[in-house]
Amino acid sequence: MFGFFKKSGKTSTPADQQTDAPIEPVAPPPAEQAPIAETAVPPATLDAAPAAAPPAPASQPAVKRSWADRLKAGLARTRNQLGGGLSSLFGRRKIDEDLLEELESTLLMADCGIDATQHLIDQLRTRWKKDRLETADQLQQTLADGLVKMLAPLEQPLDVTTHKPFVIMLAGVNGSGKTTSIGKLAKWYQAQGKSVLLAAGDTFRAAAREQLQTWGERNGVAVIAQESGDPAAVMFDAVNAARARGIDVVLADTAGRLPTQLHLMEEIAKVRRVINKADPSAPHEVLLVLDSNIGQNALMQVKAFDKAIGVTGLVLTKLDGTAKGGVVAAISRQCPKPLRFIGVGEGIDDLQPFKAREFVDALFLPATQNQR
Amino acid sequence: MLGILEVYPNASVCGPNMLDNLSQRLSRVVKTLRGHARLTEDNIQEALREVRLALLEADVALPVVKDFIAGVKEKAVGQEVISSLTPGQALVGVVHKELTALMGGAHQGLDLAAQPPAVILMAGLQGAGKTTTTGKLGKLLRERMKKKVLAVSTDVYRPAAIAQLQTVAGQAGIEFFPSDVAQKPLDIAKAALDYARRHYFDVLLVDTAGRLAIDEIMMAEIKDLHAGIKPIETLFVVDAMLGQDAVNTARAFNEALPLTGVVLTKLDGDARGGAALSVRQVTGKPLKFAGVGEKLSGLEEFHPERMASRILGMGDILGLVEEARRGVDEEKAKAFAQKLKSGKGFDLNDFKEQIGQMRKMGGMSALMDKLPAQFAQAAGQLQGGMEEKTVGRIEGIINSMTPAERSKPELLKASRKRRIAAGAGVSVQEVNRLLNQFEQTQKMMKQFSKGGMQKMMRSMKGMLPGLR
Repeated sequence: MFGFFKKSGKTSTPADQQTDAPIEPVAPPPAEQAPIAETAVPPATLDAAPAAAPPAPASQPAVKRSWADRLKAGLARTRNQLGGGLSSLFGRRKIDEDLLEELESTLLMADCGIDATQHLIDQLRTRWKKDRLETADQLQQTLADGLVKMLAPLEQPLDVTTHKPFVIMLAGVNGSGKTTSIGKLAKWYQAQGKSVLLAAGDTFRAAAREQLQTWGERNGVAVIAQESGDPAAVMFDAVNAARARGIDVVLADTAGRLPTQLHLMEEIAKVRRVINKADPSAPHEVLLVLDSNIGQNALMQVKAFDKAIGVTGLVLTKLDGTAKGGVVAAISRQCPKPLRFIGVGEGIDDLQPFKAREFVDALFLPATQNQR
Repeated sequence: MLGILEVYPNASVCGPNMLDNLSQRLSRVVKTLRGHARLTEDNIQEALREVRLALLEADVALPVVKDFIAGVKEKAVGQEVISSLTPGQALVGVVHKELTALMGGAHQGLDLAAQPPAVILMAGLQGAGKTTTTGKLGKLLRERMKKKVLAVSTDVYRPAAIAQLQTVAGQAGIEFFPSDVAQKPLDIAKAALDYARRHYFDVLLVDTAGRLAIDEIMMAEIKDLHAGIKPIETLFVVDAMLGQDAVNTARAFNEALPLTGVVLTKLDGDARGGAALSVRQVTGKPLKFAGVGEKLSGLEEFHPERMASRILGMGDILGLVEEARRGVDEEKAKAFAQKLKSGKGFDLNDFKEQIGQMRKMGGMSALMDKLPAQFAQAAGQLQGGMEEKTVGRIEGIINSMTPAERSKPELLKASRKRRIAAGAGVSVQEVNRLLNQFEQTQKMMKQFSKGGMQKMMRSMKGMLPGLR
């Protein structure tokens, strides 16, 4: 019986390549993107400032720092666990195998995964031996650098100016935060002066459409939806409507699905094909939304969705909890995809572009500075 | 900065599958163990490290892993190795047994022994699957336990959460108590309780908003809610895919609320579900149900031993057997066995029959899910969904043959093959490939009828790498 596993394995390879072919990440020139990102942050915070005036001293540096602050606040618990744990390890003693083992534990507990953890620890061990590092805090810098180096390739902001309408399709497992992320993304692009259209492609889950419509109302954004029906049809309508209305960015929601549900994976592949039919260059970005609470299964999710719809970017949500999101390191090692955004809070402004150095720095702040 | 493709030339082709099965891992260290009559502290050191890695890969939280390994070590040391087992297998046995024991004994159902209505409170993180589970639970209570069930949502935060429960309750055939986002959760719950009392409901299901365990305001809210409605069951809903943080979340919820049980959701995914062990260990509360699938009927009893196999990557063999039993027509199977015994050849009719049965068992993909990782890996080169199509094609080709050809495949020569290919709409090569596969299967069956199972297993070992 097992005979035809092998054979059909061979026959499926061409199909593999076919689905893989259109994946080619549209590597955006990061240099251009950076200024956009920076100028865009202040308006978003200014929006909120008049409403909740008192806490923010409205000086320029304060506004500039706000994103970093928010990130730090969001990652405070992560830091308590990881950074806090680390700095208590680092300060006190000489480097020995015990310290390395404790470091290994800490990284593992941050969901970094065995592969990435061992890679980092091996790096540390080599540096320790080669450069004759003496005290533990010298290791801290090495570890931070190692992490940044590992995550830096993921830092590729999304450039939505290449097409109009720029169609972004979101996918993910159930409960990863797709619809919530769409709301935040809509706000983010609006703050950059872009017009946004939402497509309610989750026709399966009860009230998913209403959830998106509520978000749409809050943002003053049009939502294309249909009474039940085929998600692909909704997408087709949405892309055409966006073209007719001269919309800049289309955010396409899809129903959550587990990669093991093959029929649903086929369905989402169809959604992608239909978007492509409505606009031959679309979707311009396929974002996979990952819950940072998820462990090593996140890797399987990236692989499975990549196979089905050609993932071009990731969104990591729910980083404001105690979860560390260390699985990004594992992803970077095993199936790197640009990490476009991270979600650090419940607020509508709490979705921000990923910056490897800031992310790692926030993790490494001493525990005493965590109060914010 | 370099584009991602330049840094990682294989960016779109993801790295190797890390889902190594525990017995596979152990087989690597087992060589050093060979020849030992009993497990000792020294000889299992390395093997235990492999167990540790396997558990970590399954997302069991590190502190839990450490405790567990210490426990296993104690149990395993001194254990005699039965002659038919390798020391590695003996160790896996100990690990599996321990894991099952830790995850709780027999299935524990819901406790509804309260003056009606029995209140059930659902709690958990955002996106854990509380609302869906509420619907599933309602359906189960209504259909299997013949209860009159009312559901109410106290999620006044997430847009359309209440509407979601309303729809789900409708699908589950249970009554829904309307609430409004302007109300306070406690007021909603109390009003629902009052309504349930006056209308003689047996069970009231209270769905809550997802919350982070560190969100003090929200945790205070659910504490109040709990104190206000005094539920007999407080179920903690956990995503089976949860990572290392499961311990922290579980601890916080357990400290804030007197939990009575845990529901593990999204078990139909391919996560190994180590979170189950973490949560069980931290809370000490029984895992009562497992959520599988999108449909509202997808709520099952929790089986500790299956979960243990799954965490270890050993596959859900028991589930497979059950499924097989359901799918296989026993009389046909008997007739088939008889035929094999009588020495008559295995022909294309039987081949087709076998394929049909496999299809009945939920198709290859469903089977593959339940296979131990080593088999699944061997079979895993095929692309998801492809196998289903392949099976359909094989059936098509066989259907294009005449009965005579089916029972005597050696009749098939070039011109017949051409006719069959045209009839099935495939190329002659594909017909040939099928015949090749058939021949292989036939060979296997011959061995089976001659030398029995053992011989066959041995020949399969040759085909599947990493199997010992």
